Amino acid sequence: MTGRFIGFLRALPGSGRIGLALVVLWLVTAVAGPFAAPYSPSAFVDRTVFSGASAQLWFGSDYLGRDVLSRLLWGARYTVFLALGAAICAVLIGTSLALVAAIRGGWTDEIISRAMDTLISIPSKIFALVLVAAFGSSLWLLLIIAAITYVPGNFRIARALAMNLIALDFVQVARARGEGTAYIARREILPNMIHPLLADMGLRFLFVVLLLSGLSFLGLGVQPPNADLGSLVRENVSGLTEGAMAIVVPALAIASLTIGANLLIDALKPGGRK
Amino acid sequence: MPDRDIAVEVRGLDITLSRAGDPDRTIVENVSFAIPRGEVLALIGESGSGKTTIALALMGYSRFGAAITADSLRVGDMHINRLGQSGLQKIRGRRISYIAQSAASAFNPSRPLMAQVIEPLLVHHLASKSTAESRAVALFRALALPEPETIGSRYPHQVSGGQLQRIMAAMALITEPELVILDEPTTALDVTTQVEVLKTIKSALAHSGATAIYVSHDLAVVAQVADRIAVLNNGRMCEEGPVDQILADPASAYTRTLLAAARPEERPITADAEQSLLSVSGVTAGYGRVRGGTPANPVLRDIDFSLRRGAALGVIGESGSGKSTLARVIAGLLPAASGEVQLEGEVLPGAMAGRSREQLRRVQIVFQHADTALNPSHTVGEILARPLAFYHGLKGPAARERVGELLDLIRLPRDLAGRNSSQLSGGQKQRVNLARALAAEPDVLICDEVTSALDTVVAAAILDLIDNLRRDLGIATIFISHDISTARAFCDDIMVLYGGRVVELANRARFSGSGHHPYTQLLLDSVPEIDPAWLGRRGATRGPALAGPDAAELCPFLPRCPLAVTGACDTVAPPRRLRNGQAIICHRDWGDLGC
Repeated sequence: MTGRFIGFLRALPGSGRIGLALVVLWLVTAVAGPFAAPYSPSAFVDRTVFSGASAQLWFGSDYLGRDVLSRLLWGARYTVFLALGAAICAVLIGTSLALVAAIRGGWTDEIISRAMDTLISIPSKIFALVLVAAFGSSLWLLLIIAAITYVPGNFRIARALAMNLIALDFVQVARARGEGTAYIARREILPNMIHPLLADMGLRFLFVVLLLSGLSFLGLGVQPPNADLGSLVRENVSGLTEGAMAIVVPALAIASLTIGANLLIDALKPGGRK
Repeated sequence: MPDRDIAVEVRGLDITLSRAGDPDRTIVENVSFAIPRGEVLALIGESGSGKTTIALALMGYSRFGAAITADSLRVGDMHINRLGQSGLQKIRGRRISYIAQSAASAFNPSRPLMAQVIEPLLVHHLASKSTAESRAVALFRALALPEPETIGSRYPHQVSGGQLQRIMAAMALITEPELVILDEPTTALDVTTQVEVLKTIKSALAHSGATAIYVSHDLAVVAQVADRIAVLNNGRMCEEGPVDQILADPASAYTRTLLAAARPEERPITADAEQSLLSVSGVTAGYGRVRGGTPANPVLRDIDFSLRRGAALGVIGESGSGKSTLARVIAGLLPAASGEVQLEGEVLPGAMAGRSREQLRRVQIVFQHADTALNPSHTVGEILARPLAFYHGLKGPAARERVGELLDLIRLPRDLAGRNSSQLSGGQKQRVNLARALAAEPDVLICDEVTSALDTVVAAAILDLIDNLRRDLGIATIFISHDISTARAFCDDIMVLYGGRVVELANRARFSGSGHHPYTQLLLDSVPEIDPAWLGRRGATRGPALAGPDAAELCPFLPRCPLAVTGACDTVAPPRRLRNGQAIICHRDWGDLGC
């Protein structure tokens, strides 16, 4: 196991190693962050707002005088788990539907594709508003909303990829052999589209982060005093003119997380590993 | 002072590929040749022999990361290896022009042909638009294109493949270049079209007086157009000399191998088992909605034939004749609109989904493009093991042993099983493709143009292998091909398809000499022989317009038939059996056809 991991590390290009390091850093932060936080995320620890870095407050204070570092350490788990979870769910659902639609074709394809088109036409914010109004805001609901919002986009991409692969002879061979949908999807098609799909997942992840912070701004997302990384940027937006660390630090956090995830995904060469 | 009579001089040409991370690789090594003014030199070799690389080096072009070095690389008074980028730009398309293999991908689909043909003249400011257009029309006429005055206003998709290739020749010749490089210009064409294109290109070249380099893998084609031949193997030159000498008395062993591969030797007829294994009766198939047994776009009409156990049937026809559709119908990939396919008297359900696993196992298909027929993310072992598990329930060590046996059968080393299929060569891929079909232990093997994407020598080896295996294992085989000479060597019976109909079906012995459906005769006459005099000897053929199979009432071959009778041939002829056992669709009497 360790041997394989070291081999995997060796095969990664430099950019991939940076990506892996950033992703691991954020996963660790998401899990252990709250234990490492010096203050409570909702405690008012500074009399001045948007203060700069100091020995007590490494990343300064936010618009209410709370510790930015602590809020960041607490907030990371929402973004990492919610966004990652929603992106993974969206890709799993979207790709599965796409494979079924592409392989079965005909009416199955028609029904699934039109259902997806319908989903695309519903504005995500309104969709979220309705659901939150009906069920009340909860993390699970946010996860479901974010996942459903990005299923159609992934479905479109995965279906296009699958359609190209289906036209190839090896799929015809499998069909002529009498293979079923599941085998063709899992063994013949999926391995050849995994790389672009991962790249797409990296992109969806970014979109979910943006969606979540947008929802928080509307009061539909993670509820105050908790905040995910996107909300941290939003709530401190008035500090932008002062160049406050309270807005720069969470923005950098989102950037490093998404860039890291995308670097890692790009470094996983298609067909390079079995 | 360069020799005035030598138009092209290449001495000590090396082309080295260096890429970061890989060791330097010499792809062309120490190649030297000279072409007298106005002559055609053929560069012949298999893929990877460096023939295109050398030809492109004469335009000062090399792939990314490849460096051209030469003692001399001269075209006329231009030293290509001493010219910079701007110097090269001035001569490319003007003094040296290039005709690519695939005309379809070399033309811009959204601009009319004329604009593209005269572009070299306009880019180099050599003529005004009206002069350029009149020059183009003259070239269209010289290249025997239909409606030379107006064909330029059409778009690339509105002319046939053979016409497009000739239009590309016009584009190359319009600047009256000193050197024309032709890169396999007829390889992608049907045999009957190929002859027309060869003829016109040859006479246009002779007329223009340009020196030419003709890149090809096909000795028979080269024999028709070239004055000299240079044989290449792995980036080195094996020999170079006049056509007659290379063909009649080759000095290198490699040239002899090439020559042998180009002339398939006839195999004995498979022992005559009268028992019919597969029979196809009244099959009509195509695409679109089926109404009254006829699909909206019919591709095949009323196909009848039977295949004896262990026998080989050749299915011959040009692209669009419906031969691959026939394979798909038999394999169940495309349900027939009407008619039926029987396997040992048992009717096979039209759609694959209705067939039992056993029925599926007994009919296996080998696809044309091994590149796309093998999943690039699977290993050879996985590819071969799947049909073993699927049809025979073989797993674990027993399956591994069987995979080893299959690799022995197709003469590949056993340790290839662990290799990813994308790491194999073209020939190896086609062998694995074949082994996968054999793994099912089929009774009927359909080979759909299995060698048309391969080099001559590799293709000959694959054909040999299939022939031996089908004899040893007693597998009835359907060889789908566009090449009637191969079918004549390997098959017992030959069926000729045209426009989705069987125009002739007979024992292979009948397919020599005369006495055929006019289309069969055209096919037979179109197979180039390795003889420089062949093209000149061959009579004229009718224009290459292809009538679609949708004209149900019209004899599909009518527009091209040299023996058509006005009035009689406006309807499809009834199938008839000639006295010597040939089945044929034609209104003409056997006497008229020269039987």
